Amino acid sequence: MSKIPADKQSTALGGVRNIIERRVNLFGVSEPTVQTSQFQGKDRVIVDLPGVSDTQQAVSLIGQTAQLQFVEVKEIPATKTASASATLVPTNLTGADLQSAAVKFDSQTGKPIVSLQFTNDGGKKFEDITGRNIGKQLPIVLDNQVVSAPVVQQQITGGSAQITGSFTIDQAKQLAIQLNAGALPVPVSLIQQTSVGASLGALSIKQSILAGIVGAIMVLLFMIANYGGLGVIADIGLFIFAVITIALYKLIPVTVTLPGIAGFMLSVGMALDGNILIFERFKEERLIREYHQALEVSFGRAWNSIRDAYAATLITCFVLANPLDWTFLNSSGPIRGFAITLALGIFISLFTGIFVSRNLLRVFVKEGGKKK
Amino acid sequence: MIDWMKYRWLYLLISGTVIISGLFSLFKWGLQIGVEFKGGTSVEYKLENDIGSDKITSAIKQLGVEVTSIQKTQTGSYLLKLGQVDPTKRANIQSSLQKLSGTVTELRFETIGPTVGPELIRKTLYGLLLAASGILLWVAMQFRSFKFGISAVLAMLHDTLVTVGMYSLFGHFFGAEVDLLFVTALLTILSFSVHDTIIVYDRIRESKKGSSEDLYDLANRATSQTMVRSLNNTFVLVFMMVALLLLGGATIKWFVATLLVGSISGAYSSPFVAVSILVTWDELQKKFKKS
Repeated sequence: MSKIPADKQSTALGGVRNIIERRVNLFGVSEPTVQTSQFQGKDRVIVDLPGVSDTQQAVSLIGQTAQLQFVEVKEIPATKTASASATLVPTNLTGADLQSAAVKFDSQTGKPIVSLQFTNDGGKKFEDITGRNIGKQLPIVLDNQVVSAPVVQQQITGGSAQITGSFTIDQAKQLAIQLNAGALPVPVSLIQQTSVGASLGALSIKQSILAGIVGAIMVLLFMIANYGGLGVIADIGLFIFAVITIALYKLIPVTVTLPGIAGFMLSVGMALDGNILIFERFKEERLIREYHQALEVSFGRAWNSIRDAYAATLITCFVLANPLDWTFLNSSGPIRGFAITLALGIFISLFTGIFVSRNLLRVFVKEGGKKK
Repeated sequence: MIDWMKYRWLYLLISGTVIISGLFSLFKWGLQIGVEFKGGTSVEYKLENDIGSDKITSAIKQLGVEVTSIQKTQTGSYLLKLGQVDPTKRANIQSSLQKLSGTVTELRFETIGPTVGPELIRKTLYGLLLAASGILLWVAMQFRSFKFGISAVLAMLHDTLVTVGMYSLFGHFFGAEVDLLFVTALLTILSFSVHDTIIVYDRIRESKKGSSEDLYDLANRATSQTMVRSLNNTFVLVFMMVALLLLGGATIKWFVATLLVGSISGAYSSPFVAVSILVTWDELQKKFKKS
């Protein structure tokens, strides 16, 4: 850090913060907090990873050091006392300028190659460096070890490059992983690791869970009181919704934090709303049609509004979750977690609200018909 | 059929009063910004006698220092995230904890940066603008008129103004702080608002087919048809929120309160703001065509 001019230090620290956040929150649903800290003149990044109890795993996730640099080879002509030799001179192109590295295959030879994509800044630096090193090696150094020393064949413009050579697929993969891992602008070392209890006080969690249960029971009772047998079916649908959602959260895995819970609650609200819409419609249709037909018509008509309303919410989810990683939008953090849980909830509630409830009702209607 | 649209002046009055009082508070007192945006202090204490996190929290809060989180570590010490702490307060915290539990060792004391940077907020705003335009286009396409899209987005704006304004009042009178949860709550409300508006629009679209009625009558009918559903749906949400508000922990109190205000505003704004604007727009358009 001390090599960086004072005015750039906070930018560099912020850069480290962002990269670490990207690494620990690959899918955007683990909701870590990553913050910078100044302590006795030393710059730190504090990473809180909810739900990770194995600190060893957490550290490997963050990736302790890994600083990547592109270096130039400078030849020192032979002098009286020494023969000709070469030294490595670091360039200003570092891992921070590298956006991504991936394994691809050469379209002519079919051999594996490693393709590099630089950031805008990095692309310009790379253009300069390759321009003055045509025909020479441009070694890539990771934590002071040369991982690859490709020869520059021509000046490379446009910010993307390829390393060709006689790689095996495993070697190419290894290199790509090393390059990707090295995108830290400054070296980082681990200072301290601690596991801690839940950040919400135990009391607060208990209270909130109790409150959630009380609220849910009131909602379930309200549905039955209002819609009778239909309400029971909606409640069963909601129960299935909750089970599927929790199972998916375990599977993905989603770390449940408050913004995530908000996304979940909103989707519960929407799942119930789907049912309420259909049942209200059913009450109207029942006046002019017989039971079975009224049911089918209500599902059909309510579907139009549910489709349009859900689509509008999905638009919001899409923008907030930013799956295409547009740089002018958020690409990490709790907002993304919120959007993803909400989108998941919408898809599941489409399934339970429309498909499950509808089929349950069909069965219910058949049995109702037999009684007559 | 109830002539809902006749009372548009009343809706304007209600919305106007709420929004103006909220905006007044917003400009006069602003919003209380939370530690997540400002940064604060991270401290770790080792206590001689474990008095539990709730007691520690209340002792520190009494000194006028904010406690954003308190966590017990594996070794039995407590890791706290606090608001800004000056040297006097730092000594005060230590002495007041000592009174409660005997010897207190400060293992760590560091100043921390914000977890939510201005960048996140700016990008979220861009995101919202993009989402709002997306919704506008989607609604305009589905209902074949930009009037529908723009009115829906205006209703969304209405709910945002109501919620932000109210939150500023909460902040001034009860110390509610803007944190990441508030931002999440706002996003939730926006989704809910549009969802609700589309439900009402859908009934207008449906009765419009093969009917020669005015938008005015169509709007009245759609409002009547969706009223029971809106009320029931709002009840469901209110039940859930009130339970969480009364019984839930202090951490989520303001989050739930925001959602409560927003979901009521969202349900109200669908017929009374979005559809009212739609009908007024339609009437103005007709007047201009005649003259």
